Amino acid sequence: MKRIYVNEAWCLGCHLCEYYCAFANSGEDDMVKALKGVTIHPRIQIESQGNISFAVSCRHCPEPLCVKGCITGALTQKDGVITIDENKCVGCYTCILSCPYGAVMPGEGTAVQKCELCTRNAQGSPACVAGCPNQAIVWEER
Amino acid sequence: MRYVIIGNSAAAIGCVEGIRAVDPAGSILLVSQEPYHTYSRPLISYLLQGKTDRERMKYRPDSFYDDHGVECRLGTAVTAVDPAAKEIVLEGGQRLPYDRLLCATGSQPFVPPMEGLDSVDKKFTFLSLDDALALERALTADSRVLIVGGGLIGLKCAEGIAGRCASITVVDLADRILMSILDAEAAALMQAHLETHGLVFHLGDSVSSFQEHRAQLQSGGTVDFDVLVLAVGVRPRTQLLAAAGAQIDRGIVTDANGLTSLPDIYAAGDCAASWDISSESRRVLALLPNAYMQGETAGRAMAGEPKPFNKAIPMNAIGFFGYHIITAGSYTGQAHVHSHGQDYKALFTQDDRLKGYILMGDVARAGIYTALIREQTPLSTVDFDLIMEKPQLMAFSRTDRIQKLGGAPC
Repeated sequence: MKRIYVNEAWCLGCHLCEYYCAFANSGEDDMVKALKGVTIHPRIQIESQGNISFAVSCRHCPEPLCVKGCITGALTQKDGVITIDENKCVGCYTCILSCPYGAVMPGEGTAVQKCELCTRNAQGSPACVAGCPNQAIVWEER
Repeated sequence: MRYVIIGNSAAAIGCVEGIRAVDPAGSILLVSQEPYHTYSRPLISYLLQGKTDRERMKYRPDSFYDDHGVECRLGTAVTAVDPAAKEIVLEGGQRLPYDRLLCATGSQPFVPPMEGLDSVDKKFTFLSLDDALALERALTADSRVLIVGGGLIGLKCAEGIAGRCASITVVDLADRILMSILDAEAAALMQAHLETHGLVFHLGDSVSSFQEHRAQLQSGGTVDFDVLVLAVGVRPRTQLLAAAGAQIDRGIVTDANGLTSLPDIYAAGDCAASWDISSESRRVLALLPNAYMQGETAGRAMAGEPKPFNKAIPMNAIGFFGYHIITAGSYTGQAHVHSHGQDYKALFTQDDRLKGYILMGDVARAGIYTALIREQTPLSTVDFDLIMEKPQLMAFSRTDRIQKLGGAPC
C-alpha cells in the first residue's frame, strides 16, 4: 500500500506539514479561519534537535499494536489504513501506550487522534505530503 | 477443521480473527456463559459514568460473528472438557466435538472470607456487564458506597459511580492505592487527586467484620455504607482445564503459541499464564491488549500457521477524572525519577535495558518507551539523555531513525 515515508535529510523543520495537517482536519475551507490565532493539534509532528528534524505520523503498520490493543474496537484497519471511530473511543490511551512511533495522541475531545492519510477529510490524499516544500515527506509504494 | 472457543471477550475475538487470517473455511463454534454480544469488559465503569452505552461498548460490530463465519452459543455454560474424547460438555450434558479448542474463560472476582458478609444486602463485584448493571440498579443519589480494594478495578468503579452516589470510601490493606502499577510517590499524587473528587481512603487497613450497613475496620474505626463493592482482586478462571488435567501455575500454563500442556487445547487471556519478558518469569498478564494478542496467536497456531507471541509484558493505560497513567514492564533495577507538579515519570533500567516505566500526567508518546522494553533495545544504542528527557525517536541513531520512518513499518 502507499505509505508516508519521511526523509530527514531533506526536512527543513519548517513545521508546514503540521499546519497543512491541522487545516485539512479542521473542517474549514479557509486556511486563515482554520489556523489564525488557533493552537493547532496536528496528527503529524516534527521532532527537532540541533540541525536535525523530521516528521512523525502513523506508519499504518501491517501488525498494528494500537488496533490489536484497542479496548473498545474504536481503532480499526481497512485496506491498510488505520482509522479511529471517535464515537466509540473513551480516551483510555491504550493506543498511546502501544504505538512504537508515538504517533497516536490525545485529541481535542475525549477521543484520541491519529493520521488517517486524509481519507476521512475533504483533502482525500495526505495534505502534509502535498504541502511539504522540500519533498521530505512522500506518499508512495515501496 | 472444527474450532471451538470457550469465551467471548478479547482473547476469544482475537482467536476468531487469528483463525480467519489463516483458515477461511473451518467451522468455528463459540460458547459463552454470558448472553451478550461481545463487549469490552473494561468499559463497564465508563458505562456507569455515561461515557459509553450498551451499543458503543460492543467490542466488534453486530455483524462480526456472521462476517467471520462463527456459530455462537451464548448464555451457555461449559461444564467440562474431555481431552481424551476431544469433546466439550455443555450444561445439560450435551457433548460437542472439537479438533482445536481455545479456553478463554477470563478471570473471576476473588472474595476472601469476611465475617458478617452475609448480613450485607447490597454487595457487588465489578468485573462483568451484569455486575455493573446490578450495581447501577442498587445505586441512588443518597447511597454511601464502600469499596473494598483500591486497585485498578475498585478505583475505576469509584470513578464510574462518583457522580451517582452520595459518598465513596475505599479501604485497602496496602498502604497505597494502585499497588500493582504505581510506586509510592505516584500513588500519593493520584490519591490526592482522587481525594479532590471526594473519595475517602482508609489505607493500610481492612474490614474485620460487617454488620449489615456498618463495616468494622481492623484499625478500630467504622464505615457506614449502603452499597458494598468487593474489588479485592481477581483469579484466573482455570477450573475447566484444571479438571481436564492441564498444568496450572496460577493461570493455565501456555507456551508462546498459547498451547497448554494438553494436546490441541489452547488458552489465552486472563485465564492463562505466559512468559513476561520484562520480569523473565511466568505470569498472568490480565490485561486486554495481551488477551487479544494471545488469542490471535492461539488462533493462528490452531489454524496451522503459528506466529509465536513472545513479547508479552505487563502494561496499563488508565486514567481517573482526567489524570492519566501509563505504565509498562517491571520496576526493577535503577530508578530514574522526574517529578514536576502533576507530571511524574519513573524509568527503571537494568543491564543496559529499559525494564519498566511509570508516566503520570504527561503521557505523550509513551509507546516509544513500551517498545524499548518490548524489543529489549540496548540503551547503549540510543541517546540516554534524550530518551530520559521524553519519549522521542530523536534518541535513536540516524540509521535507526531512517529505518523507522523510511523503511517498512512494524
